[in-house]
Amino acid sequence: MLKIRNLYKSFGKVEVLKGVDLDVVEGEILVIVGPSGGGKTTLLRSINCLERCEAGSIVINGKELFKDGHYASKKELTAIRKDIGLVFQGFNLFPHRTVLENIIEAPTRVLGKTKKEATESALEILGFLGLTDKANNYPFELSGGQKQRAAIGRALAMDPKLMCFDEPTSALDPSLTDDVANVIKSLSTQGMAMLIITHDMDFAKKVADRIVSMNNGIILEQHIYEVAEND
Amino acid sequence: MTALTDFINYIIAFIPQVLQALVITLQVFGGTLILSLPLGIVVAMCRLSKFKPLSALMNSYILIMRGTPLLLQIIFFYFGFGAIKIPIPRMPAVLLAFVLNYAAYFAEIFRAGISSIDKGQYEGAEVLGLSSKDTFFRIILPQAFKRVLPPVGNEIITLVKDTALVNIVGFNDLMKLGKGACNRDASLVPLIVIGVVYLVIVCVLTAIMNRVEKNYNYYQ
Repeated sequence: MLKIRNLYKSFGKVEVLKGVDLDVVEGEILVIVGPSGGGKTTLLRSINCLERCEAGSIVINGKELFKDGHYASKKELTAIRKDIGLVFQGFNLFPHRTVLENIIEAPTRVLGKTKKEATESALEILGFLGLTDKANNYPFELSGGQKQRAAIGRALAMDPKLMCFDEPTSALDPSLTDDVANVIKSLSTQGMAMLIITHDMDFAKKVADRIVSMNNGIILEQHIYEVAEND
Repeated sequence: MTALTDFINYIIAFIPQVLQALVITLQVFGGTLILSLPLGIVVAMCRLSKFKPLSALMNSYILIMRGTPLLLQIIFFYFGFGAIKIPIPRMPAVLLAFVLNYAAYFAEIFRAGISSIDKGQYEGAEVLGLSSKDTFFRIILPQAFKRVLPPVGNEIITLVKDTALVNIVGFNDLMKLGKGACNRDASLVPLIVIGVVYLVIVCVLTAIMNRVEKNYNYYQ
């Protein structure tokens, strides 16, 4: 699903990614842990094209986003990026739009769905996330956990093959991390690949199929965790 | 008692002239507002453009319009077209000066509003695949509008009073009427009357702006 080879990225003279190799397969939940400044966020942002890398390659769903230091054309990039969803640490919901409007914005404007189609699938997603009653609320009226679910819903509405989460537990009450873990797990059973970066080791163990640790711009070690028995 | 009736009769006789002059004042005000707001948005977008020559051009335009007196600009445009033998009626010529001047101020306000929107909003739109046009017009600009309402309100109120400058090129606006009547009748009453008229206009506009701001309170 996601294949990264020998990826390099620097900010000025500071090398942040120094030859990252990483694979995520279909339906897998991969968690990247590691200290701040280790390059986790930069890696996640690079996969989502929010940062431009200098060397290496990124292949998503068999399509080359970045190969040997060259990016695909703008048109190809737009097509490839539809397969990736990202839930930001700060959610980045559109504050002037209701939850429902946040979710249907991209399906109507990018995928060309009608408002009716998009609303139907958005309500389905909101039902799955347990957020149906907040559909017509504005982001400022939501709690942290609800905002996060709205952000997950917005990404899900584009039906991505790979979902990325940037520190999904950082803005949450500790009691809510189980809920997020459950949402993420049930999505992966539908075949979606998940890439999560976090500091929270307990959360990582709870949710991951595989955990890798990252520091100084490289992937250090890989652990394989058994899926928790209650799943 | 007769002094009071004289006073009231004087004001009543003055009112038709005030209404006539008010039309001129409101024409300058309304024309400037309707044209300079959209132009201000366009100038702000050009100023924020990554295409450097365009951005530099807008910078110079803003510098000139904000760096010279509006009064000078009015006189310049009023006589300028005549000097180069382009027959333009005087109202459009004066409006052009006002619009170009106010668009420069509005542009800077909009630029600040647009720049104040968090980078995360652009990134949120980008990862969803929204085009840059949709991102700007559907995500960024509506949020910027809410933030610029108070400074835009300020400019609108200043504009009401700046319209008084058109009396210098012979328009029979409120200011010219007040000044003329003041000289003719050796009385300060006309100035008080037109002062009250300006004040009423500003009160109405303030109420409208408050209402608009309130309408934007549906989100934070």
